[in-house]
Order: sequence, then C-alpha cells, then structure tokens
Amino acid sequence: MSVILILLMASISVAALFLAAFLWSVRSGQYDDEISPPLRMLHDNSISQNIDTTNTTTTLKPIN
Amino acid sequence: MSNSFVPQTSTAVQCFHCGEDCNEKPVIIQEKSFCCEGCKMVYEILNQSGMCDYYAISKNPGTSQRVKIRADKFAFLDDKKIQASLLSFTNESETHVNFYLPQMHCSSCLWLLENLHRLNKNVISSKVNFERKEADIVFDHRSISMHQLADLLASIGYEPYISFNDLKKNRPSLNASKIYKLGVAGFCFANIMLLSFPEYLGIDSHEAYLQGAFRYLNVLLSLPVFFYSSSEFYISAWKSLKHRFLNIDAPIVLAVVVAFGRSLYEVFSGTGAGYFDSMSGIVFFMLVGRVLQDKTYQELSFERDYKAYFPIAVMRIIDGNAVSVSLPEIKLNDTLLIHNQELIPADGILTMGKALIDYSFVTGESIPVEKQMGEIIYAGGKQIAGNIEMLVIKEVAQSYLTKLWNRAELHTETVLEERSFVHLLSRYFTVILFTIASLAALYWYIHDSSRIWQVVTAVLIVACPCALLLSNTFTNGNILRRLGRNQFYLRNAQTIEEIAKVNYIVFDKTGTLTTGRYQDIVYEGVSIEPSIIKKIAALAAQSTHPMSKAIVEWSGELQPKHTGIKSFQELPGKGIEGIVDGDSIVMGSAIFVTKKTEGTTLQSAVYVSVNNQVLGRFGFRNHYRPQIPALLQQLQKLGYPICVLSGDNAGEQQNLQKLLGIGAPIYFNQKPEDKLEVIKQFQLLGKKVMMIGDGLNDAGALKQADVGIAISENSSHFTPASDVIMEASVLPKLYQYIRLCKANKQLVMTAFVVSILYNIVGISFAVQGNLSPMVAAILMPASSLSILLVSFGASNFLSWKMGFK
Repeated sequence: MSVILILLMASISVAALFLAAFLWSVRSGQYDDEISPPLRMLHDNSISQNIDTTNTTTTLKPIN
Repeated sequence: MSNSFVPQTSTAVQCFHCGEDCNEKPVIIQEKSFCCEGCKMVYEILNQSGMCDYYAISKNPGTSQRVKIRADKFAFLDDKKIQASLLSFTNESETHVNFYLPQMHCSSCLWLLENLHRLNKNVISSKVNFERKEADIVFDHRSISMHQLADLLASIGYEPYISFNDLKKNRPSLNASKIYKLGVAGFCFANIMLLSFPEYLGIDSHEAYLQGAFRYLNVLLSLPVFFYSSSEFYISAWKSLKHRFLNIDAPIVLAVVVAFGRSLYEVFSGTGAGYFDSMSGIVFFMLVGRVLQDKTYQELSFERDYKAYFPIAVMRIIDGNAVSVSLPEIKLNDTLLIHNQELIPADGILTMGKALIDYSFVTGESIPVEKQMGEIIYAGGKQIAGNIEMLVIKEVAQSYLTKLWNRAELHTETVLEERSFVHLLSRYFTVILFTIASLAALYWYIHDSSRIWQVVTAVLIVACPCALLLSNTFTNGNILRRLGRNQFYLRNAQTIEEIAKVNYIVFDKTGTLTTGRYQDIVYEGVSIEPSIIKKIAALAAQSTHPMSKAIVEWSGELQPKHTGIKSFQELPGKGIEGIVDGDSIVMGSAIFVTKKTEGTTLQSAVYVSVNNQVLGRFGFRNHYRPQIPALLQQLQKLGYPICVLSGDNAGEQQNLQKLLGIGAPIYFNQKPEDKLEVIKQFQLLGKKVMMIGDGLNDAGALKQADVGIAISENSSHFTPASDVIMEASVLPKLYQYIRLCKANKQLVMTAFVVSILYNIVGISFAVQGNLSPMVAAILMPASSLSILLVSFGASNFLSWKMGFK
C-alpha cells in the first residue's frame, strides 16, 4: 500500500508550498500596510471610468 | 443623529479643496469656491495636469493651505550630507527617498501621491504606506533635486516632515519572527494531527509498516516546532531563570521538553505514538496568543525623544549669507537665522529681531514669551513672530532641553513583565502540579513501580499552565484591540495591569486639561459700543501677538478693516497704540495703559483705553477641554485623588482649585525635573501614579510614573515617550478605560477557571496512568478553543456594555 505514502508525500509537499508562500508574503512586506492596497485597487477603476467620461464629453461638445 | 441628514445650509460655503468654511469672501475660480489662495493654487496645479480625479474620489480631500510655507524651507535638502542621510538608494539615474507626510489622510491623498509621476515626469514612481503615512518616492535626480521634490509635495499640500531623527536611519523594522514561527508551527501542527488520525482510529495489523512510517514522519514534523517555533518560550524562560525568577514560560518549557522527550522515547522504542500533536498544538495556540497580544500600532511611536521635534537643519549665517547646516554641526558662537514658526535648536542669545517664543511645549507656559535683544533663548521654543538671529552659546547636545532628556534615570528600563499577576499565579500552579505529580509517583511506586515514569510525564504534559497563558494573552490581545479602536493606544499588554493598579492621578494643565492654544477671553469693565469694538479689533489686527489675535477673534470681526489707522505703534512687552478713525486707542499691560503700578494681577490681562479713558480689561482664562470638570469630579468621587502639575504661572490657581476642591494639591511653575520629583514623592508614599500630559516638559514625569499617558490632538502627531497614547477627544472617558483595564484581570481568571476544569479531567486520566494520546489530543484543542471563546466573548460583551465601539 505504498500509494498512501506517495499521496502523503504529495500532500505534505503541497502544504509545504503554501507554508513557503506564506513566509514569503510576510517577508516581502505584504502585511505591512493593510490600508493602501485595497484603496489602490478602487482607484484603478475610478480613473479608467473618468477617462471614459471625459472622452465622451469632449467628443460631444463640437456637435452641440 | 438627525443633524447628519440635514443638508449643508447655503450660508456656509465649503472650500472645494479642504472643506473648510470659506467665510465671507471665497476665492472663486471655475465656479468652485476656495477658502484661501493656497487651496486654489493646489487646485490649479492639479487641474493643469488633468488630475482632478483627486476631488472625485473623496469629498474635499485637501488640507487647508491658509498657513503658507516659507519659500526656501527645504533649502537644506541641497546639502549633500543631509541628502545622503535621507535617501535609501541611489545610482546614476535614480534615487529612492522615503518621506513622512503627516497630511495624508484619505484615499484621494493615496491616489494623488501615487500618481506624482503625472504631475512631474521626473518622478519615476511613488508608493504610499498609508498606515505609516509615508511615501517611497523614486525620482530622477539628474532632472529634479530632492529640494524640488519636497517643494513639489508641499505645493500640492503634502509638506514632508523631516526631523532631526531622520538623520540616523534607525527606523525599527517590523519584527516578523513570531509570525514565521507561528506559520511553521501551524503547518507542522496540522500535518501531525492528520498523521495521528490513523493511530487513533486503528490500523490493520497487516499494515503495521504504515504505522511506523506515520510515527517517523511525526518525529520529523515535530522537529521544527521543538527547535524553531518554541524558541520564543525557551528564551523567555531562560531570561527569567537568570534573574532567579520563575515566570510562566518556565513550566511551559518543562511541559514541551517532557512531551517531546517522552514522545521520542515512545516512537524509537516502539511503545507508542507519543504526544507530538498535543505538543505542537500547545505551541501553536500559545504563539497565536502572543501574536495577538503583541499587535503594535505602526503609526504610533511610544519612544519619541526630542529629536523627533527638532528640525534636521537650520540656517547658519556665514559672512552675511545664510547657509543650511545640519543640527549636529552647529558650533559655539555660530549665528543662526530662525524663521517664523521654526524651532530654536540650541540655547543662545538673541542678536537680531524681536523674539516671541512659544514655550508651551517645553515648559507648559500657555502664553508666548517676548524676548529682547541680548536675552537668552532656550532650545525647544518656537519662534512665532518674524525672523530672528541668535548666537549659539551651547551646542545642541548640551542645551538645557537635551540634557534633561539624556538624564540617566529616564533610560533605566525596568523589567515590567515580571510584575504580572499571571506569573505569580503560575508559580502556585506549578507548586500544585509538582505536588500532584509526586503524589502520583508515590502511589505508583507502591503499586506498580514500572509505570512511575509514564504517569509523571503524563501529568506534566497535560497540566502545564498553557491554559493560563492562553487566557491571559487572548484576553489582553482583545482588550488592547478594543481600546485601540477607541483611540486609546497601549504600548504593550502589561500596561493594562498597570492601569488597573493605579490609585493616584496626576494631570498636566496646559495642553492636557486645557487646550493650550485657545484662550477664553473675559471682558471686565465699562460696556463698549459696537462701533468702538470694531475699532479696537482693527487696531488689534495690526499686531501679530497672540493676545491681539485673540481679541480680534473675540470681537467677532472676521476681517477687520484697517483703513484709517494712523500712527500705529507696537511697543514690545508693553502694548499697542494708534488712532482709528479719530479715536486714539491704547491697549496693553496695566502699567502701559493705566500708567499706574499697583493693582496688577498675576493673571495675564490686556487693558484698553479709548481717548485716554480706561474702559476695562480683557482677562485671559485657560480654555478647558469639554467635560473636563465632570471627569475630574467623577474620578475624585470614585476614590482617585487628583493632583495638577503645571509649568505655567499661578494665574489659574483659583479656577483650578474650584474645580478640584480645596484639599487637592496643585503645583505651579513646575520645571520638567520638578514634575518628575513630585511623581517620585508620591511613589515613595506607596502610590501607583498615573501621569497624563502632553508636552516635552512632561516627558520625565511620564516616564517616571507607573503609567504615563500622552495626550495627542492627532495620533499621527508628536507625543513624548509614554506607555499610552490617547486621543484628546476621548479624555472625558478616561474612567471607562480604567474600568475596562480593571475588568481584564477578572476576565483572565474566568477563562482560566474554565480551562482548569479541562485540566482536572486530564489529570484524573493521567494519575491513573490512562492518558492515551487520543484523550490528550481531544482535551488540548477543546480547552484552547473554549478559552478563546470565553475570553473573546466576555471581553467583547463587557466593552460593549461599557459603551465602547
């Protein structure tokens, strides 16, 4: 029944990968600032929207 | 509540940039109103670069620009040495610098600062750390200097704050080692649990080789837990043993070591599976508790010293030219140029200009002091009227203020942690534990001596005081979080207990009980006609003296018209006079206005006369923070004696005595070291003293007191070293905070009693010699989880009942 042992190794190495990912994320400072990243994400959106609206208004103006 | 739903009335026009009231004459551009030229300018800069998204993200995101920044304020950044100390990286094409930008406060700020490259193409990138209010900016130093970069930031309303502290790069990096240990412990714990299941559920005899494999894997997985994750506890236990003290970590280490040793023996001798899962579980949960308890407030600093208040550089005059010089390079007999609103960095003699120095932060005096040429001015004061020149007579490190700070007794760190009741309790606990273990050993020695070793180790493993440690760390962690959410930030968990023990409270006056800056004006004398009031205000508006400014404010004239003022004269230390629309008005000290010497009181007052007729005087009273009288009475009623220490003159004595009652000790004219001595005296009488203050002048007392609380108008701003930083607005709730801290001990005990029940069950199995790994594996997480529930639930319920968020 060595297949169980193989599966076991596989599962532990996957878990170890996650552990490594966690340690890396802490080391690279991803938890240092918990406020800016979520806000940053929102801004990406708002800028593209605003650019869209300004574009449409400028194209509409000459027609009026 | 209903107010917040009422729309803004049209009379008050809000500034489009900063949201402040625009008064009567808003600056209007493109149908948008601004309160001042400064705000308008920021708008224009952003508008030119098409960055008005800034205003779309949050409403009125700016900060008021009414106070202008001096044009060459950042000239010192051209100094190569200062540059080198500030930048974090540089090569031939780019430089990285980190600026502290205290004005940062909303998501618009974040967006604007991260889009700096759109404002100026020489900025390569910028990244904001919002919690620390810092921005890491990368720029091309060949096309934009650090000086220009600082000016750019200042021009859009984010003036970098660069202090003497920045000279030495000693920014503490976040200590993440506990988090790593926690991660590793969690990983190992979960896998060991998984691998232990077959053992508990039973393995068919023809698959016995699997059992061996699982056990050896467990051994492997437990190694990181034992050697890495638990090192936290070994170090702490070893430290306390070296001090001949048994702290709570010592019995825990014993349990971990015993569990590990016995498990290894069982596995290698083939007699059992060991307690690897229990051991790693204990370590994991205890680390969780520690991490929760050690949550720090990144944005706050509890260790600030005078260096954080001092500028990094000042202007030195050499051969008539002003050149910036960094603080440590200031030498004796240098001539320094101090601009308006700048801090005086060293003791010296005033050689040019008129000094009006605000010492409120250093000494607690609420009214700025005028100094004439030739007088000595001390470091730490802030010049608030025009530019002055001074001759340095003591270097920065030798000045009065720095010497005070460097006093040795303020730097002796006492080992606070070991005073906690938890350690005392754990010692009793350990004694009981050893008694049980030896009784069990004795019993088994008589009946079946081969099982002694097994029973004793089982007792030691199951009954380690980890439950006590857990209940303590989890409750502390949760209370810290609760307090922090209510603007009461503790340096560490031990402070909770110290606050609970306090039985004497000492307040500073200026800046703590009073708001310091604002003064209440009381007019005493003949009633004045409104037309004359206008004239008085117009005259007072000519002077920059804070008392004059206060009178203008009192008059209700927002922008007094200053036409028709003739022969205006300001006599330093005396007063002002002038002819306003034909009426000759004199304002100033009693001697100056009334020409009499008697009858002058200590209380600061401005006398006023119109056409040689003395009308009356303006008395200045300290402005107490709202609800302070109620707080003082509440504390006294609950048995906390109160004392007030003030660096100010005794002008406020009567008023304060009325507030505190006749017996209360009030000390005036207290120098910083006097304050420290007073606290020491109280401590010698056996009092546990809580000191509440705000300025540098309280720094010694704050440190000496058992609990030092620094009051802050804005938590990102500057507070002296202390145990607690408290938002000024929540000061009236001080007693509720004390109560919550007092409840903490009961909460810990409750959680502990619950966990003892589990321990009793565990020990009863252990002494009989029946503690199977399975029972241990169920008991351990069950007790940990119930402790978690009890401590979180009870502390949340309590703080909710006390009206906290």
